[in-house]
Amino acid sequence: MKVDFSAVGLKVGLECHQQLATKEKLFCACKPDLFKGEPEITFLRRLRPTQSELGQTDPAAYFEFLKGVKILYEADSKTSCLVEMDEEPPHELNREALETALLVSLMMNATPVDEVHVMRKVVIDGSNTTGFQRTCVVGMNGLIVIDGKTIPIQHISLEEDAARKTGADGLTVRYRIDRLCVPLIEVTTGPVIYSPEEARKVAYAIGRILRATRKVKRGIGTIRQDLNVSIKDGALVEIKGVQELDLISQIVELEIQRQLSLLSIKDELKKRGLAEDEIRDNFIDVTSDMAKTGCRVIQKAISQGKQVFAVKLPKFSGLLGKELIPNLRLGTEMADRARFWGRVGGILHSDEIASYGLTEDEIRQLKQILKVEQQDAFILVADTKENAFDALSAVTERAKEALKGVPEETRGANPDGTTRYMRPRPGAARMYPETDVPPITVSKDYVSQLRSHLPEPLEKTVERLIKKYGLNEKLARQLQDSEYITIFDELVDRTKVSPTFIAATLTETFKALRRDGIEVDKVTDEQLIEVFELLGLEKTSKEAIPEIIRWLSKNEDGTPSEAIKALGLSIISEQELSDAVDEIIKQNENEVRTRGEGALSFLMGVVMKKYRGKVKPDKVNAILREKLSKLK
Amino acid sequence: MNESISGYKGRVLDVLVKSKVQVGDLVRINKDDITYEGILIPRSELGDDKHIVIKIRSGYNIGIEVTEETKVTKIGVEKAPAFTPPAPPAQKPGLPKVSIISTGGTIASRVDYRTGAVRPAISASDLYSIVPELSDVAAIDTQILFSVFSEDLTPKHWSELAVTVAEHISRGVDGVVVTHGTDTMGYTAAALSFALRNLPVPVVLVGAQRSEDRPSSDAALNLIGAVSAAAKAPFAEVVVAMHETISDESVVLHRGTKVRKLHTSRRDAFKTVNAQPVAKVLDNQIVMLTDDYQRRSKEKNIILQPKFEEKVALIKFYPGMDSKIIDWHVEAGYNGIVLEGTGLGHVRQAIFHSIKKAIEKGVIVAMASQCIWGRVNMNVYTTGRDLVAMGVVPLQDMLAETALVKLMWILGQTQDKEKAKDLLATNLAYEISSRTVDVN
Repeated sequence: MKVDFSAVGLKVGLECHQQLATKEKLFCACKPDLFKGEPEITFLRRLRPTQSELGQTDPAAYFEFLKGVKILYEADSKTSCLVEMDEEPPHELNREALETALLVSLMMNATPVDEVHVMRKVVIDGSNTTGFQRTCVVGMNGLIVIDGKTIPIQHISLEEDAARKTGADGLTVRYRIDRLCVPLIEVTTGPVIYSPEEARKVAYAIGRILRATRKVKRGIGTIRQDLNVSIKDGALVEIKGVQELDLISQIVELEIQRQLSLLSIKDELKKRGLAEDEIRDNFIDVTSDMAKTGCRVIQKAISQGKQVFAVKLPKFSGLLGKELIPNLRLGTEMADRARFWGRVGGILHSDEIASYGLTEDEIRQLKQILKVEQQDAFILVADTKENAFDALSAVTERAKEALKGVPEETRGANPDGTTRYMRPRPGAARMYPETDVPPITVSKDYVSQLRSHLPEPLEKTVERLIKKYGLNEKLARQLQDSEYITIFDELVDRTKVSPTFIAATLTETFKALRRDGIEVDKVTDEQLIEVFELLGLEKTSKEAIPEIIRWLSKNEDGTPSEAIKALGLSIISEQELSDAVDEIIKQNENEVRTRGEGALSFLMGVVMKKYRGKVKPDKVNAILREKLSKLK
Repeated sequence: MNESISGYKGRVLDVLVKSKVQVGDLVRINKDDITYEGILIPRSELGDDKHIVIKIRSGYNIGIEVTEETKVTKIGVEKAPAFTPPAPPAQKPGLPKVSIISTGGTIASRVDYRTGAVRPAISASDLYSIVPELSDVAAIDTQILFSVFSEDLTPKHWSELAVTVAEHISRGVDGVVVTHGTDTMGYTAAALSFALRNLPVPVVLVGAQRSEDRPSSDAALNLIGAVSAAAKAPFAEVVVAMHETISDESVVLHRGTKVRKLHTSRRDAFKTVNAQPVAKVLDNQIVMLTDDYQRRSKEKNIILQPKFEEKVALIKFYPGMDSKIIDWHVEAGYNGIVLEGTGLGHVRQAIFHSIKKAIEKGVIVAMASQCIWGRVNMNVYTTGRDLVAMGVVPLQDMLAETALVKLMWILGQTQDKEKAKDLLATNLAYEISSRTVDVN
């Protein structure tokens, strides 16, 4: 689909979140690491929506509270202390993290605040044990220039990362609190991005500045983008948790398309003359009518003692099954809502009813009971009465919104670039001071001291990589855009390996490995350093590197030396190689004789095939030459 | 000082007064070519006199340093929040009556997101709207008695509280809940245990380790547990209701004379020492953990003895302690000293003469242990035997803090030293048990 982005009035703003590689967490002395395996400590909590003076409570949060949602937290004593468990007040703000945030502010031409005030931003989905996220603005009113266009940076904030969700079981949601309190920098742009491609470019540019501090974490989930997307007549939709920068333009394009499709459904509903009050919460128990159904889902639900309820959606026929974007229909959006508010497995809608195994007779009977006519649609839900009613209320609510166009909501990004409903957009940020953490004065002297030691600007980095290490420009740029720029200098300094080879490994080789599904990000900085050290000491060969990385990604606690041993990739001794070459020449006597000069490359191939990763090709070449010349 | 620009002082206060702005005003601040706009926020008392705090549009607070060139202009007034509490849930008929008496630890409050102020909510309807579960448990009446931090409470407050609780009980309520700051809640619980005897209904003290303005506060569950216990527990004693573990699952009811705050910050900071808790509240049910308790009965007539003698001290012994510390107390007119000795109940020989002198002057000296867990036994070592021979009263398995409160109470009731010593060594409210059972 070709869209004229300025004609649809596209506006995008970014919120970029980057984890920092500090020694300690933001408000306690725990290491900012994650743990694997079974939790050592678990505890159960409920979060209670606090009322503001305005009497506002977050509707979604309040609803969850009323339903009795509980949160089971998982922890281990290495990565969490009583602070993350909300059993001890926070310690003072981590100065190392603050300094990095100030550096980023200065690099983005923002003004540091004179006094940093930590705030509590109320979030009660369980992702914070306290029920709020601690956050503070460090810099304001910055700007970065991309392709000659100025992008305003509204805030640079420092905040604690949230706990990570590890599952849900009925009304109990599970969160792991190792990630809680890991320092994050949040960079918020103004909503001045007017094309999907520009959004991607801005995200990359912000990422480059953050990495230039050399104080950021790398790997999956360490950088996350939230996108605020709106179009004319559509709505502001917040898309959370985009982890792949290359997905950004696709996500924005799909969101435009989704909003345009919803607008055309609105037009169609208007054309059909639907009025909002025709959509009624009239939920009808059709359990007995479905007693002998061929539909497996319903059969199973009834056998579990659940009930089947139906609701009519007037004039919606044909619209529920209409694709908004690939694999996402209005029916899907209703199902997402039903799952969120009603905790049901899903819904059945009349546009797709035949595919669920309902017979013609059953459908006719349902239509009769619900008084469904030509243009009308209906929805079925099989669950407990309470859940089914919650689910159907959410469905009729979504149907009413369809008549108005695009609902404002918070959506989550899927790996394929589509999005799913997460929750209604929260109202104005409910923030109040974190009185347990004293404000910090940022003195002019401190700021000017930081300003005089700003990290190298990006263009300089490329220049330096080319000049100092002899990288070609393409490789230098690739490296600059890669997360590994943060350790490149160290790798070169500490090993004797050629900078170009290191750069190519970190960019092209890793990219290829990723394409093959290898989780390269799992390899730690320490492991990488050792890999290149071993290579520098000729304990292994360049050809062996991909295999070693592959092994390390699957053996997270293993060392590169172990990888080499396990894979049998140690460099064989010169004597062994010499003997091996003799053997191979002997086995291929005929070839050597008939091929003459060409025998060298042939034998080279045979040796390398057998000893790839264990020998250095130039060495093999030299030995072969020598031995072949002796034969003559 | 101008209340409407609270917290500001010195240079900044001058600027604000001159600019005619007040907390809650929408202000514009011009400084070094930069313009900030936001709502003027109160300043913490400990803040310096160089910064103005405003809440910017995104909701964040920032501090701006005020210099000679800084200009502050009022550009509007943010509407003061007008709170309309949601309608409280319908009161169920026939529920037990419970009085909630507040001493200062607020148990429910609201946040003013405009200025960050946290305001207590204590009226019954406020409580119902904030903790709606309460409307299923009891018909509640509330009274604000004090508004003080618990560390500022004195034995005079205990007396007044005891009288107030007795008044509520005489009106025929089914139980009384006292909301209390946690720091000295154990002392107050012990005080009420002695001042209010032969109780017809339970008296439940309750607090919170996480302030009530946060979604994760333990206050609501503790309060529900406390009100449930007051409304329907089968016992009629003074207890403390707090989280049993760090999970929001059960509230445990500790006997007022046996409870101690044993952690600075955890939800389950309160533990029963040297005994079993009386009961716990799990899923709205009272689960008794002992058979040995005083039964609830409206037939019983409360015995109110609210007087406490303040000239009693709790002195923790430490290596090298100077005997003059004891002497000072005697000279200052103290009538009782509870020593928190080491181990089984010991202090250094170098202070023996001061203890002896104190006893000769009529001061009651008693011995508890700083070990917290276990029982004093002053027959094992010579040191202990010598102290007993001097007239030091061993306090068995009584908590040192409870012993202090008990001696204050005894000396509030009688001048007779021998009677007082007897009472001190006699179990009155489960503060002494003859058996030390392996419970922890």
